[in-house]
Formats: sequence, structure tokens, C-alpha cells
Amino acid sequence: MNKNSQENGFRFNLIGRAVIYTVLIIVAVIYLAPLFVMIVTSFKSLDEVRVGNMMALPLEITFDPWLKAWQSACLGLDCNGINGYFWNSLKMVVPAVLISTFLGALNGYVLTKWRFNGHHVAFGMMLFACFIPFQIVLLPMSQVLGWLGLANSTSGLVLVHVVYGLGFTTLFFRNFYEAFPSELIRAAVMDGAGFFQIFRYILLPNSGPIIVVTIIWQFTNIWNDFIFGASFASGESAPMTVALNNLVNSSTGVKEYNVHMAAAIIAALPTLIVYIVGGRYFVRGLMAGSVKG
Amino acid sequence: MSSQQSNSVEQKNTDKAIGWLQIQLPKLVLAPSFTVILLFVYGFIIWTVYLSFSTSRMLPNYEWAGLEQWQRLWNTLTWQTALDNLLIFGSLYIILCLVIGLLLAILLDQKIRLEGGLRTLYLYPMALSFIVTGTAWKWFLNPGLGLERTMQAWGFENFEFNWLIDPNMAIYTVVIAGVWQASGFVMAMFLAGLRGIDNEIIQAAQIDGAPTWKIYTRIIIPQLGPVFMSALIVLVHLAIKSFDLVIALTGGGPGNATALPATFMYSYSFTRNQIGVGASSAVFMLITVAAIIVPYLYSELKGSKK
Repeated sequence: MNKNSQENGFRFNLIGRAVIYTVLIIVAVIYLAPLFVMIVTSFKSLDEVRVGNMMALPLEITFDPWLKAWQSACLGLDCNGINGYFWNSLKMVVPAVLISTFLGALNGYVLTKWRFNGHHVAFGMMLFACFIPFQIVLLPMSQVLGWLGLANSTSGLVLVHVVYGLGFTTLFFRNFYEAFPSELIRAAVMDGAGFFQIFRYILLPNSGPIIVVTIIWQFTNIWNDFIFGASFASGESAPMTVALNNLVNSSTGVKEYNVHMAAAIIAALPTLIVYIVGGRYFVRGLMAGSVKG
Repeated sequence: MSSQQSNSVEQKNTDKAIGWLQIQLPKLVLAPSFTVILLFVYGFIIWTVYLSFSTSRMLPNYEWAGLEQWQRLWNTLTWQTALDNLLIFGSLYIILCLVIGLLLAILLDQKIRLEGGLRTLYLYPMALSFIVTGTAWKWFLNPGLGLERTMQAWGFENFEFNWLIDPNMAIYTVVIAGVWQASGFVMAMFLAGLRGIDNEIIQAAQIDGAPTWKIYTRIIIPQLGPVFMSALIVLVHLAIKSFDLVIALTGGGPGNATALPATFMYSYSFTRNQIGVGASSAVFMLITVAAIIVPYLYSELKGSKK
């Protein structure tokens, strides 16, 4: 028994390791290919797109497709580009993420540290809400949004995303607070701390990791949503995903693939940035969650 | 004196009220969220179920129609196609994601130098919207300009790839794009599972001279049962909900070749003015998801009680 066999993992011979690396790198190339094609296409002129190879680097780099996508591409009759829809998405995602995360934290706190009879039922009902296919709520929701005067508005979408995000945010915080020592809470109660004081001064300061995970999760889900946006916000108030789909799929006349790709990258940028900046924490959080589940 | 007494009575009452408030506070804090879920999830489910038994067409109405909409749903050819497609797409998507995810996780678990970077690379598609993914793959698989042309330019002159416009093959392009998007996520779940496995048994087997593949098939993979279960639940649920990807990649076409229940529901409810049929298709989707999710959640919650 030598020292190496004490370590985890396995020892492969040189050929074995070469095979592993080759497979991993080929897969990486395949995973990157669509993104690579999107980026190079977005810097080509339409003529070059039509005659050239999809994988080839642009002969002449042009920023026109990006400018056009941002400010002058036509979505139906309106030729102001996608910038307005980008702001729509931003105006929707920020309040929706903050509100649903805050409520999820409070719910998780109650469901772990202030349990009452029936807390299992309450949590189970919220948990199931995470998994419903949204088709089941589309028809009633569009009616209710109409009654509330929130149809075709960003505030309407904020409401929708807060409601259907609650299950997940509650789940995340509940699982996180489950592991938080209850003795600390009991000691604080002995010292006369109230419900909100304990939350504010004991739990919140220790919630950093789960707040990051929840915000990343909610941000990507809400930014990437299509079905609610397409069902409840058409025209001017549509979010970015709906606008991108309109641009790509209903443009009549010449298909400007380079403009489409630029618009797709713009639509993908916020979540990609969030993922690259916060992804490490997210993967860590996900792993903690999946090991448990 | 008497005023003092009444004061102290008042004081007592307020104390009582505060005491009651303190006891009820947790419930009061949870109440708004719970009420919202009750109304917007469970209330809406009942509402949609009712609509599926109504005469609703262009506008929802509440006249009872019995099973009429359900019969209409099952007599619709597109619905049959959508179910067949869900079966093809769902099974291939789930199997491929599990196999690729597990393989990548096992390979990445061999003390790879670039593990962090590669992991990030495999996972990034998950950060993208299905609409972006669909747009990208639509361009990548474009029969005239995309992969086909590129391969021909690289010298494979007879290379043909027109699945996107072939009614018999289009559903498989949805599988490709779907697997590309989700397999990295499955990999991350398996990787987490692999890291959680006790090393002592593995080392014991190594000392006994068991070959690596046997250690994996006999010891490691069987221990990943719970991860398989979680991944399966996530994938089933993603497959049944798949909507955006199809809309962006094929628009459900050519013809109805890539229609799925989710796209069927949307088009019947919002563009074909068949709200009743749309509602019954939505109820069917919910039943399918619930049949898988409810037993799972039940066992999970029961497990956590212990």
C-alpha cells in the first residue's frame, strides 16, 4: 500500500489520462460551438454571412449588426430596435427578484424557527407550487391581471413572477435555515429579542450564501422567462425574450442573421454576466442542495 | 386610584394583545405568501379545471358542458402528435442528459487540472434563455447556411443535414438543443453526488485490486440513486414544460411536426380561440406532472420528518 492509494480518485496510465482529457476537451468545444458561431456571425456583414463559412472568423469586423439590433431593427411595424424591451426586462426583474427573495427569507425563517401545527402542510403546498406547469394558471391569470388593470404592464409581470417564484425562494431559505442552530434563537428569545429582531440581527447577517444563490436563481429564471411575457405582456411592454422571438421569427423580408445573433447575445448577456460573476457561489449552493435532495 | 387601576387593567390588556401578537406573528408573516399561493396556484388550478368542463371558446364562460372539451381534445390530431412528440422528445432528452451528465461527471472527477473551467463551460448553456438557445441552434442547424454548408466547405461535399425542415426529423433537433442546454446541469448534480460518496469502501475495493470500471458499476453508481432521482424529477418536469425552446427553434413546425402539449395549450388558448380545449390540455399536463412529483415530494417530506 503506497502513499498514492490513500488519496481519493484513481490512477490511470498516461494513455488513459490522454483519452479522458481528449474527451473532455472535445465536449467543451461542442458546448462552445453555438456561442462561437453566434459571436462571429454578429460581427459579419450580411453578404459575408451568406457566402462564407459559419465557423470562419469575420474578414471584416463590423459593429453595424449590434447597432441595428439595439436601436433600429424592426419588430413588426416598430423599428426602434430592442433597447426598449431590454429596459422592460430590467424594470421587471429587479423588483421581482428583491421582493420574492425577501419574502422567501421570511417564510423560510418562520417554517424552520417558528413552527406551528401544520407547517408541513403549508410547506408542502408551497413546494408543489414550484413544479406546476405554468399552463395551468395562464387562463385565470390573464383574467385576473385584466381585472386588476395590470394586463400588458411590467407591474403585472412583477406580480406574476413574485407569486410563482415564492415556492422556490421559500424552499431555498427553508433548507438553509434548517441547518441554522436553533439554540442561538432560543438564547436570543431569553434575552428578550423579538421575532423581527432575531431575523434582522441573527439570521440575515448569516444568510449571505443563500441570498446569493436565490438572487442568481430568480434573476436567471425571471430574465429568461418567455411564457408569462408572451401571454401577459404584448407590444410595448414585452420583455426581452418575447422581443427577441418576435425579431427572429416574424421578421418579413430579408432574414438578417447577423442582427438576430447580435440581439440574441444582448438578450443573453445579463444572465451570462450574473453566471460568470456569481456562478461559483451558485454551483456551490446547488451542490449543497442536490446532495441533500 | 381608580384611574390607576383602570390604567393597569388597560396595561394588562395591551400586554395580552402583544402576547397574542407575539404568538401569532410567525403565522401572520407567512399568511400573505400562503394566501397568494392558495389563490394563485390552487384556486387557479380549480378555475382551469372548471374551464375545461365549460363551453368556453374565444372568451372564458362558465356554462357547464360536461366532457365536450375533453372529447374535442382527444379527437384533435395535433394533440395526438403533441403527445407522441412528448414521448419521443421526453425519453431521448432524459436518457441522453442522464448518460452524458453522468459520464462527464465521472471524467471530471478524475482530478482534472482544468476542472473549474471545464465545469463552467459545460454549465453555461443553463444560464441562457431557451429563446436564445433556440435562436442559436436555429442558426447553427440552418440547412442552407449552417452546419451543412460548413461541412461541405470543409470538404465533406455530400454532407446533408436538414432535420430542421424535415417533418420526420425536426423533433430530434429539439432533443439536440435541449440536451445541449441541460446536460451540464445534470453533470453538476452528479459531480456533487460523487463528491459525497464515502472513500473508504472505494479504497478497500482498490486494495482488493478491483478494476476501475467495476468499482464504478458495482460501488459508485449504485450509491448515486438519490441523485438519479433528483435529476430525473428535474428533467421530467423540464420536458413536460418545454415550450420556449420549441417556439424559438421550430415554432412547432414544420406543420405540427414539433408540437408539444405546452405549445398546443398555448396556441389553442390564445391564437385559436379554443379556451376550453386549451384548459383541458393544461389539466392533462398538470396531472402528468403531479403523478410524478407528488409521490416524490411526499417521500422527501416524510424522510425529512424522521
